[in-house]
Amino acid sequence: MIIGIDVGGTHTDAVLLDGYKIKKKAKVITDQENLIKSLMEATEAIFGGEDPAELEKVVLSTTISTNAIVQGKTDRVGMILAAGPGLSPEMLRINEDTHFISGYVNHRGIRVAGTDRGEVSGIGDIFEKEGIDHVGIVGKFSTRNPRLETEIGDIINDRFGHISFGHRMSGNLNFPRRIATTYLNAAIWDTYNTFIKNVIEYVGRTKTTAPIYILKADGGTTGISQSAVYPVGSILSGPAASIMGILSLTNGNKDAVALDIGGTTTDIAIFAGGTPLLEPLGVTIEGHKTLIRGLLTRSIGIGGDSRVRYEDGRLVIGPERDGPAAAFGGPSPTPTDAMIALGLTDIGDRGKAIKAVEEIAGVKNCSIEEMAKEMFDLVCRKITSAVNEMLSEINNKPVYTVHEIFEGKKIKPEVVYVVGGPARPMAPYIDKMLGFPSCIPEHAEVANAIGAALARTTTELTLLADTEKGEMTIAEEGIQTGISRGFTREDAIGICKDKLRERALRMGAREDDLDIEIIEDQVFNMVRGMGYSTGKNIRIKAQVKPGLIAGFKKEEYDVRR
Amino acid sequence: MSEDKKKTGLIFFPAFDWAISPTHPEREERLLYTQDQVFEEGLLDLDNIVEFKPGLATIQDINRIHICVPDAPSVITQSHLISAGGAITAAEKVMQKEVDNAFALVRPPGHHAMRIVHGARGFCNINIEAIMIEYIRHKYGPKKIAIVDTDCHHGDGSQDVFWHDPNTLFISIHQDGRTLYPGSGFPDEFGGPNALGYTINVPLPPNTSDEGFLFTLDNLILPILDEFKPDLIINSAGQDNHYSDPITNMSFSAQGYAILNDRLSPDIAVLEGGYSIETALPYINVGIILAMAGIDYSHVTEPDYDPEAIRQTSRTTRQIEQQVSYIYNLWKNRESQRAGVIKGADYLRRDKSIFYDTDRISEHQKETVRVCDECGGLVTTDSEASTGNRIFAVMVPGQSCPVCRKKGEEIFELTSKGLYHYVYFQDRDRDIYLTK
Repeated sequence: MIIGIDVGGTHTDAVLLDGYKIKKKAKVITDQENLIKSLMEATEAIFGGEDPAELEKVVLSTTISTNAIVQGKTDRVGMILAAGPGLSPEMLRINEDTHFISGYVNHRGIRVAGTDRGEVSGIGDIFEKEGIDHVGIVGKFSTRNPRLETEIGDIINDRFGHISFGHRMSGNLNFPRRIATTYLNAAIWDTYNTFIKNVIEYVGRTKTTAPIYILKADGGTTGISQSAVYPVGSILSGPAASIMGILSLTNGNKDAVALDIGGTTTDIAIFAGGTPLLEPLGVTIEGHKTLIRGLLTRSIGIGGDSRVRYEDGRLVIGPERDGPAAAFGGPSPTPTDAMIALGLTDIGDRGKAIKAVEEIAGVKNCSIEEMAKEMFDLVCRKITSAVNEMLSEINNKPVYTVHEIFEGKKIKPEVVYVVGGPARPMAPYIDKMLGFPSCIPEHAEVANAIGAALARTTTELTLLADTEKGEMTIAEEGIQTGISRGFTREDAIGICKDKLRERALRMGAREDDLDIEIIEDQVFNMVRGMGYSTGKNIRIKAQVKPGLIAGFKKEEYDVRR
Repeated sequence: MSEDKKKTGLIFFPAFDWAISPTHPEREERLLYTQDQVFEEGLLDLDNIVEFKPGLATIQDINRIHICVPDAPSVITQSHLISAGGAITAAEKVMQKEVDNAFALVRPPGHHAMRIVHGARGFCNINIEAIMIEYIRHKYGPKKIAIVDTDCHHGDGSQDVFWHDPNTLFISIHQDGRTLYPGSGFPDEFGGPNALGYTINVPLPPNTSDEGFLFTLDNLILPILDEFKPDLIINSAGQDNHYSDPITNMSFSAQGYAILNDRLSPDIAVLEGGYSIETALPYINVGIILAMAGIDYSHVTEPDYDPEAIRQTSRTTRQIEQQVSYIYNLWKNRESQRAGVIKGADYLRRDKSIFYDTDRISEHQKETVRVCDECGGLVTTDSEASTGNRIFAVMVPGQSCPVCRKKGEEIFELTSKGLYHYVYFQDRDRDIYLTK
């Protein structure tokens, strides 16, 4: 049996899967001040009376990290940046405790200026005097040569409770994002580690030995102990859970669009051949662009409860929500009211819905039906144009080879999956506007918890080999070793796959789920002087892509009533 | 530097799978480290820098500017359609006002490609800026356009394409042709009889450093641009004046390039040469992008940058001052020189020998231009190349007068293939391109 729990902003959903089928499901109100309590209630509701020995694993998607960041419940972090030449330091400063040092590494990973012990110790003194206990150390191009960061760490290591290193965050290039990611990781370190300690204690009391997993922003899981070193990986797991849930509830091996139409917002995600697309560099949270691997989602401020008004001669929808729909006692007319007035759904108080629509119809001087139609049409159009915009952005993403320009793959969705309150009335209109059929998955109300339960362990690694320098680096693992001049692309791919496998297993992956693919594969001849070949620059990136655990098959899936 | 932020479009196409040959300077690796630096600096995350995918240029776009022998598809690769298309995309984003300016950081380059193309020379097959410029005029109507070519090599291709066009001011600053390929670009190369003064060449002595370039910019280029009043300024942004470039001998720095772009404020910049791919290009390109976007570039320096070590000598400074003042006077007196050049003739002929170093082809041309007060003048060219191809081209200029057009049509009509493998007719205004 598997437990999947999604601690959301409002509700905590839980499912108990037995043989990949839902045995029980539950929904409890989330207590934001005490997430552990919500977790316990939800678990009790589905697992009370079950045999703990039967439990294979527990997968948890939680808002703890997201909330800490959004609500600013973060620790002060002392930042040490090795920036070198480039953008002005003023553009890189992330907080008032940011300090710059003279050492730096260039784009080849060659150290241009070394570490000045005195300089680093001096910054350590300042942090200590300020009572700072969390430190972030980030170097430009540290993914090309992590040594400078670790040396700085060694100088001040014994003086601080925790140090986050930039090169461990991601193998991707982007110094400002590396700074933001490292900062956030250190800033929520204590909050997150306290939380998982409580979770581990609580689960321990339930007499199960089943491993606990945490859902990450990329729709994959990681063992709870391993997640401790990378707390920011667990942000935005809610939307990820929803997308993985939709994947599990549909027969997903096609190019597809997923729409989650909520009260305030509509979230859009895209599948390519059944795999959810990832953000190219990383997710954005509270204005921080990061290197945190995450599923690509677009959120627009349009939902069933969006406030509708007639302004400057035209109909305006959202982005604000004044409360529930008028049919449910809310103060303003909403798209939901329009759908009720049109008879597309029979929820709530139809009289109140019609009255709310009549209010705007009066302003525009048209019939109630005309206004309801116009409202409904506008909501559907806004959502579909956001979908089309997102697709066009994805399909027009710059590429850097002649081959990709001429032969590059395009996403051509064959189906749109629609979940959320207004899914049923809206899907038939939205699919017509998009020009491909819609599908409303069943049991979507617990999609998030199912998504968490069925997600596999995911991860990625970036290998850079420079045979002129005679060095290979896998920054995320802190690996930096010598290689021979004869080191080849095939060697690199082999090592990258092996190390990825080790990393995934360490994170709690099962052998069956190690669906490894190479996502970047480039080899450049390095030529210097007049045509003299000095070595090869090899760049490999491999991942275990987001997907569902082996053994689960859609056709077996059903709800036991 | 200027304080105002601008919205800058970046069209980045490093062609990671295209090379002239595996160890050629124009190879896959060329923009690799530039990509690394641009990505690592996070420039594409900045609100006012937007990346666009390059479109594809069409054969029609090429035929508007070139006579390709035997035809355009035979002298190009797919990569050329992308780099020319990238330049066109940059122009489109600027013309549609989606951005304030744009930088086509694309390869392969184009500024050595002349009007008639038998093959590749100076790593160039087709002239991507020239194709872009005629695209702009074709789509958005007549425009006065200035090209400032800051590549270390004389932009002889662009010079040839716009030699007779008084609406395109071509200014090239480059290392003295007596010391570097292609060996041309002297001040007396000053434009055709109907466009005298609209080609300006500024050869600079070897080892010219930031001061020399910026002196030339401030005291020659900017004043001339002020007087010409172009609708658009294009920078042919070659990056081989850098002190570390392996195939040139100048002493320009990343800071110098950034300051130059800040002061020149081009509407569109298009990458040309530059082969110090590891120690110069990453910094120069970041500097140019930041300068175009109006973002502080003062921290963009090469790791080994030492301004004192590369500073030009006082003798070089004096040479440049004299050169600048001599050329500025030429420009000022451009009108008065015309009579002396024409000497009452109706048609003027020039003989040119052209060597295609990349493809090892030699070509001989007899070019005839009709002396015309109304337009750039009808041009006919008889060209014979070592490939065995001999062609005749009739080229009606943009914004042509009716007489030049009519004469062009008659000549094309009357010219039989006879001696020639191909006879071409090109009319830019009407976008006509015929072959027989």
